[in-house]
Amino acid sequence: MSTTVAESVTLWERVRTYSPPSRFLPVIVTFAVFLGMFGVGGVRYEGFAHPQVFLHVLHDNAFLIVLAVGLTFVILTGGIDLSVGSVVAMSTVIAAKTLELGWPPALAMLTVLIAGTLLGTIMGLLIHYLDIQPFIATLAGLFLARGITYLISVRSIPITDETFREIAYASIPLPGGHYTTWLVVVALSTVLIAAYVLARTRFGRTVYAIGGSESSAMLMGLRVALVKVGVYAISGFCAALGGLLFALYLLSGYSLHAVGMELEAIAAVVIGGTLLTGGRGYVVGSMIGVLVYGTIQTFINFDGTLSSWWTRIAIGVLLLVFVVIQRVATRGPR
Amino acid sequence: MTDTLAPAPPTPGARKAPAGPSRWARVTGHPLLYPLLAMVVLLIINVIATPTFLNVRVQDGHLFGSPIDIIRNSAPVLLVALGMTLVIATRGIDLSVGAVAAIAGAVACTRIVAAPDEGALVTAVMAVTLALAVCVLLGVWNGFLVSVLGIQPIIATLVLMVAGRGLAMLITDGQITTVNNPAFSKLASGYLFGLPIAFLVALGMVGLTALLTRRTALGMLIEAVGINPAASRLAGVRARTITWTVYTFAAVCAGLAGVIIAANTRSVNANSLGLWIELDAILAVVIGGTALTGGRFSLAGTLVGALLIATLARTIPNIGIPSEANYLFKAVVVVAVCVVQSPRARAALRVRRPSVTKVEAR
Repeated sequence: MSTTVAESVTLWERVRTYSPPSRFLPVIVTFAVFLGMFGVGGVRYEGFAHPQVFLHVLHDNAFLIVLAVGLTFVILTGGIDLSVGSVVAMSTVIAAKTLELGWPPALAMLTVLIAGTLLGTIMGLLIHYLDIQPFIATLAGLFLARGITYLISVRSIPITDETFREIAYASIPLPGGHYTTWLVVVALSTVLIAAYVLARTRFGRTVYAIGGSESSAMLMGLRVALVKVGVYAISGFCAALGGLLFALYLLSGYSLHAVGMELEAIAAVVIGGTLLTGGRGYVVGSMIGVLVYGTIQTFINFDGTLSSWWTRIAIGVLLLVFVVIQRVATRGPR
Repeated sequence: MTDTLAPAPPTPGARKAPAGPSRWARVTGHPLLYPLLAMVVLLIINVIATPTFLNVRVQDGHLFGSPIDIIRNSAPVLLVALGMTLVIATRGIDLSVGAVAAIAGAVACTRIVAAPDEGALVTAVMAVTLALAVCVLLGVWNGFLVSVLGIQPIIATLVLMVAGRGLAMLITDGQITTVNNPAFSKLASGYLFGLPIAFLVALGMVGLTALLTRRTALGMLIEAVGINPAASRLAGVRARTITWTVYTFAAVCAGLAGVIIAANTRSVNANSLGLWIELDAILAVVIGGTALTGGRFSLAGTLVGALLIATLARTIPNIGIPSEANYLFKAVVVVAVCVVQSPRARAALRVRRPSVTKVEAR
């Protein structure tokens, strides 16, 4: 864009008439909603627009971002994973229990991640090879993970391990006197890796192809079986990782953690512009969806007069608006 | 697949029984065989653990015993599953039933508490009526999203599933509302003709639905919408009205279940009332042989499915396993039922029994 005067006019013309590709539109709308909410909050409440508030939103919802990323893979193939909330609970309990038994922290983390990935893989195998609907297979996963959690421990186990506490409490200084935490770093890295995998690898393109049309993907010779089982394994892994972050966030393992969290994650993915029918959507959108959710919570905290259940109502209304917009948008071109 | 349009037999043996070998084939091929077998196995396990398990005696003028407990506890899931069966038959799904149940419980309880005469029968009747009226509105809302706006059922009902519990909290103001109304609690713990009222209500709804869907064309119309909405509309079926009706019916059933649950605990906790009941209900429907792909439904199957879930919930503590392990066993049941019903597994089974294929293809 280094320029002469004539070119800058056309540049202005181009900027004025520029419309982003329609596939990015849902993400842009969500981002606009997010910015708008932060703007309104900044005007209404003192200190709302402070960057540290934003960093806190990231920190408080780091686990949800990771969950939403895993779920995005599954939803892009046209499936659904209801088990993520239960896997989070299972992960916190496994982590807390193994640490209580005196396992080294690294081994405890590894066990959690393997357990989640294994459960996801099993669900993927059931879905692909036995033709069981994703809804039902992951419903079984939901019950299974919750049941395992109850078997390990019914009561809440505190995490007292030094390494875990250090990671949880450590703050990473950022320029400008702000700070963030490892939870945020892990969550953002997950988003980056997932975005790269979806956009730039054969695996990622196959995910979109299956979401577009599974039989076409099969006829094109894509490795449908591998990818379809793979997305559920990824979702299981992400749920376990989210569970680890949740354990770090609360420093306890409890069988009643994360009840209904799968709903929050699915809502965030839909608000982020991913179609539940599959084939369209971006992990970045899901992340912004989670941030919108977090901002609503912050709004309610700052306001002080609103009760916590308004979060759910607001999310429901937002979900409705986005679903209707999506419906109108997808109906248009036809 | 050839007889998709024919209504499922209301009871096994209602059709004219064919000759010897094909009767055997019909028994082995009957969709309710495995759920019924599972229930028998569960009951046998129970009798082994507690020999007096199946004993039913008369106490205080009504029947008393574990089987009675099972049918009493199965009422809410049976009601929700009943509505869900019809929704699933139209190739839809209703995720919001748990939230609707919570709203119904919240409305009924707050209404009773706010009434000037808290213990009166009139108060209870008014409260339940109001709760069901609210549920009609919620069902109409779901039906509007699905049939008029054409949003996928799973997303359309997700909206109310997410927002519903918030609304229920709003109604109860976040409190656990406790009610003291004898007539209201009778709904869950009372007995009529020696049987629990809750179960009779659920059974009455099933009977009424069976009558409406199987003795009129309604059932076939619902299945037609499930097989192909566009084609059924072109054939003169009011697909939109039927979809709308089905979601409203599901919400009313869920509301009734919510009221019964609230009556059972004599209180409402908007966070936990009916939690995961939608999953139990879908499970009951699937166990009963109604496929999630729509176009076919079996009310008898749903009844068996709901009873199986209630029996399972009763079996776990009875054989000395902590009741929290219930989830684990539910997972096993889901997988087992799905594997048995999965077309691929069935195809593998059929290779060994060619006679079955022939009979079914007829």
